[in-house]
Amino acid sequence: MQAAVVVFPGSNRDRDAVRALTLVTGRAPHTVWHHSTELPKADLIVLPGGFSHGDYLRCGAMAAHSPVMREVRAAAERGIPVLGVCNGFQILVEAHLLPGALLRNAALKFSCKRVTLRVETSNSPFLRRYNAGETITIPSAHGEGNYFAPPDLVKRLEDEDRVAFRYTYEHNGSVKDIAGILSENRRVLGMMPHPEDAVEELTGGIDGKRLFESIVEAVAQ
Amino acid sequence: MSQVLSRVHSERAVDLELAREHNLSTDEYERMLRIVGRAPSLTELGIFSAMWSEHCSYKSSRVWLKKLPTEGPRVIQGPGENAGVVDIGDGQAVVFKMESHNHPSFIEPYQGAATGVGGILRDVFTMGARPIANMNALRFGDPNHPKTKHLVSGVVAGIGGYGNSVGVPTVGGETEFHAGYNGNILVNAMTVGVAQTDRIFYSAAAGLGNPVVYVGSKTGRDGIRGAVMASAEFSGDSEAKRPTVQVGDPFTEKLLIEACLELMATDAIVSIQDMGAAGLTSSSVEMADKGGLGMELDLGRVPQRERGMTPYEIMLSESQERMLIILKPGREQLAEAIFHKWELDFAVIGKLTDTGRLVLRMNDKLYADLPVRPLVDEAPKYERPWERTPAPSPLDAAYDLPSPALDVLKTMIGTADLASKRWIWEQYDSLVRGDTVFGPGQSDAAVVRVDQTTSKALAITTDCTPRYCVADPVQGGRQAVAEAWRNLSAVGALPLAITDNMNFGNPEKPRIMGQFAGCIEGMAEACRVLDFPVVSGNVSLYNETDGEPILPTPAIGGVGLLADAHRAVGLALRDGLTLLLVGEPGTGHLGRTLYLREIHGKEAGPPPPVDLAAERRAGDFVRGQIQAGRIQASHDVGGGGLLVAVAEMAMASGVGAALELEEQAGLLFGEDQGRYILGTTDPDAVTRSAEQAKIPVRRIGQSRGSVLALGTASIEVAALKQANEAWLPALMAGEI
Repeated sequence: MQAAVVVFPGSNRDRDAVRALTLVTGRAPHTVWHHSTELPKADLIVLPGGFSHGDYLRCGAMAAHSPVMREVRAAAERGIPVLGVCNGFQILVEAHLLPGALLRNAALKFSCKRVTLRVETSNSPFLRRYNAGETITIPSAHGEGNYFAPPDLVKRLEDEDRVAFRYTYEHNGSVKDIAGILSENRRVLGMMPHPEDAVEELTGGIDGKRLFESIVEAVAQ
Repeated sequence: MSQVLSRVHSERAVDLELAREHNLSTDEYERMLRIVGRAPSLTELGIFSAMWSEHCSYKSSRVWLKKLPTEGPRVIQGPGENAGVVDIGDGQAVVFKMESHNHPSFIEPYQGAATGVGGILRDVFTMGARPIANMNALRFGDPNHPKTKHLVSGVVAGIGGYGNSVGVPTVGGETEFHAGYNGNILVNAMTVGVAQTDRIFYSAAAGLGNPVVYVGSKTGRDGIRGAVMASAEFSGDSEAKRPTVQVGDPFTEKLLIEACLELMATDAIVSIQDMGAAGLTSSSVEMADKGGLGMELDLGRVPQRERGMTPYEIMLSESQERMLIILKPGREQLAEAIFHKWELDFAVIGKLTDTGRLVLRMNDKLYADLPVRPLVDEAPKYERPWERTPAPSPLDAAYDLPSPALDVLKTMIGTADLASKRWIWEQYDSLVRGDTVFGPGQSDAAVVRVDQTTSKALAITTDCTPRYCVADPVQGGRQAVAEAWRNLSAVGALPLAITDNMNFGNPEKPRIMGQFAGCIEGMAEACRVLDFPVVSGNVSLYNETDGEPILPTPAIGGVGLLADAHRAVGLALRDGLTLLLVGEPGTGHLGRTLYLREIHGKEAGPPPPVDLAAERRAGDFVRGQIQAGRIQASHDVGGGGLLVAVAEMAMASGVGAALELEEQAGLLFGEDQGRYILGTTDPDAVTRSAEQAKIPVRRIGQSRGSVLALGTASIEVAALKQANEAWLPALMAGEI
C-alpha cells in the first residue's frame, strides 16, 4: 500500500504519521507540501496533527483552503480513503468533508493524556480489525477537540452508524463524547486522538496499530 | 580623530547621564569612551549597554563560573557556544541547554514563558540539532499570594502554547512554591536535541567577504533593551516594563526549525547564531569576535515589521524567531529558495571584513564603527565582594510525629511542593514525535528515545532544592547536582553532563554573592566526584524586588544515556515486589525538610549533608542492577523522605505496599541523601550484589493490593492519590 501524508506549514505530527505508516506498510509514504496542485497516486491520504498556519484563526480554517485540499476532496470523492487526525480532523471539518465543528475544550485548556475510547463500529476500511464495543487506549493532545453537532446531525450520525469512536468518559465537552466520525461512504475518518502515536509497545502501546493494519487489509482486497 | 567624529551619526549626544539611563556605571562609561576614542553615537551606546549588561556579559559571575568542571571524555562542546554538545555514540550527539526567562515572565507571564521556550529551542537547533524534548523548572511565590494563580496559569499556558505548537514534547520538569518568589518567579526552560557529530554548527564567523544573512521573522519594536531590563532589580513599577517583553510566534519558529535544518543538510552554512538576548547586537558582535573578523551591515536591508525604525531600535530589538547566518559565497540563492519555501524572510544584510570592526550603515549614513574585540574582551568583569553564608544552627528539638504517620503522610502529599502537578503537565503535549518512553509523573527522569530507528534513549531531569541552598549554599549546590545524577541513575541511565541555570538575587550585595560562590563550590565538587561536567548554562541575577531576594536557586538540568530504552525503569509499583532501601541509611535528618516546614511550620536547621563518595557508590550500584534487568520499580528518596517516596511509587500505579518500618519521624520523613527504593522480584540477588559492593540495603516491605500499610495502620492508595491530585486544581479554581 502506498500512502501520502499532506504537510501544511505548522503540521507537527506529520513525522509520527510517516513513522506509523512506514512501520505498518513497510513502505515510506509520500509527503505532499500544501502548495501542491496534484497528489501522487496513493491508496490512502493522511492529514496529520499540528497547528496548520499557526491556527491563529479557527483551527484548520486556513489549511482547508490550501491548493492541495482541492485534490484531497477530489480523491475523497473518488473513494480514496482519507484519515484526518487532530488538526487533520479540524481541516476535514473546515473543508466540509466531514460534518460538525470542533470547539475549544470545555475546560478551555490544552489537554494531553492517554484516553480510553470505545470503538463504536467496525464497518469502515479503517476499523475492520477492531470489534465494535471494544475499548482501546491511545494518546490525545489538543486544545480544540470539543466536537459539536446539532441534535439532528448527531441523530443522523448515530442512525447511520457513523460515530467511529467515543471517549469512555467526559473528556473535552464533545457532544455525546464523540471522538471520531465517518463520512457517508465510510471512507473518510476524522478523529481527535492519535492512533499514529500508539503503534509500539515501548512508546505508548499498540492500540492504534490496528487502524493502519485495517486500511492496509482493505486496500489489498 | 575629528574626521571620525564627524562621520558617525548620532541622533542625540551621549553623555554620562544617558549612559546611566542605559544601566552603565560611571566606570563603565569611561571605559567605553576609551575604547571608542571619541564621543560614541546613540547606537554605539546601545550596543555597549547591551553587550555589557549582566545578562550578556556575565560580568559578576564569570570569575566564579570558571571554577566549574566543563570537560569530560564525551564532551564535544562545553560552555561558550549556543548550547553544550555531548557524544552519545553511533555518530550522534546530544545538544542541550537550560535558560531563564524570569523577569519577562513576571511582567507578562504568557509571552515571557512562551518566548523563553522559543529562545532555548533556537539555542539548540542553531547547533544543527533537531529538538526532541523540552523540560522546565518553575518556581512561584506563596500559593496564596494574590498574583500566584495568575502567574501559574499564564506561564503554563505560555509554555504549552509555544512548545505544543512547535511539535517538541514537553516531557517533565518541576514546580515549587515559596514566598521567597513572591516578587520574582523563576521560569527556566530546557531543550534537548540530537545532532550528527559531523554536522554540528558553530557561531564563529569565517571567510572574508562572506555574506551575512538575516532569516526568520521581521524586526519590530518589541523587546527593545530586554537584556538590560533583565539585568536590574524590580521595584513596584515592574508592570510598566511590559513593552520590553518580546512576543512569540511558535508557528514561525516551527517553520524556522524546518528551514534551518533543511539548509543545514546542505553545505551552504559557515556559521549560524540565533538572535536571542540583545538581538542583532549580540549575534553580530559574538560571531565577528569568535572569528576574529569585522562585519559591515546595512541596517536598511534588515526586514522590518514597522516603519521608521532607527538603527538603535533595529540593533536592540529582541523580536523573536530570527537567526544570523554566514553563508559560503555563491550559496545565497540556494538558501533563499529554502527560506522562501517556508515563507520566511531572507536578506543579505552585510559581509565579513578584515577590519575587526563592526560598521553599521543605514540610508548611506554611518551609525556605528566600533572595534569588536574590546567590546567583548574588555567587558567589565567584577570580583564582587562576598561573604560566606553563616552555618545554620542545629535544630532545637526532636520534632516528633504529632499524629499517626499515615495521617502525616496524607497531609504532606497534599501540600504545595509534593502535590501532583498533573494540572500543569497535562497542558503540555508530552507525546508528540511518538518517542516518549516515560513522560511526566512516570519516573524520576523523563526517558525519550533518540529516534525511531533505535532503542537508544536519553534520560532528562531538572533538579534543585532552594530551601537547602538558602541554609547552606555549599551543601545545596552539591545536592542539586547529586539529585540530578541520582534521578538519571534511578531510571537506569548513565549520567552524561549537566546544564546549569543560576538564579540569584542582587550580586552587588555580598550576602547574595556569597550564596552564589557557595553554590558554585558545592556544584563543582559534585560535578568532579560524579564525572558530571557542566556543558552549558545561564545566569540570572537581580531576582529581587524592593530589596527582597529569591532563594538561591541553581537549577540543574541533567542528561543521561540509555543504550536500550526497554531497560528503563519507572517508579510505578506492581504486585509482588520486594521493596529495598538502598544507600547509607543516614541519621533521620529533619533540618530544612518538607516535614519540618509543612507539619511543624519551621524552616530551620542545616540541610542534609551530601556524601558524594557514597552517592556515587549507591548510584553506580542501582544503575548496574537496573541494567542487569533485576529491578521492576525504582525511585530516589527525595523531598518528603522515605514514606512519601513509597507513596509516590504506589500512586503511580494504584498498587499498595505493606511496610515494615518504625513509626519515627526521622526514618519516615527525613531527607537523608543518596538513597533509593528499588522494587524487585529477585531481592536475594540484589542484596547479595549490594553486600559485595558494600552498599547498605534494607528490606522495607512488599508491594501488593491497593492499600498502603504501615504496621497495623493502613490507607487506601486511592485516598492518597485523591489528596495528592486535588490540591493544584483546587488552588487554580480558587477553592483554596
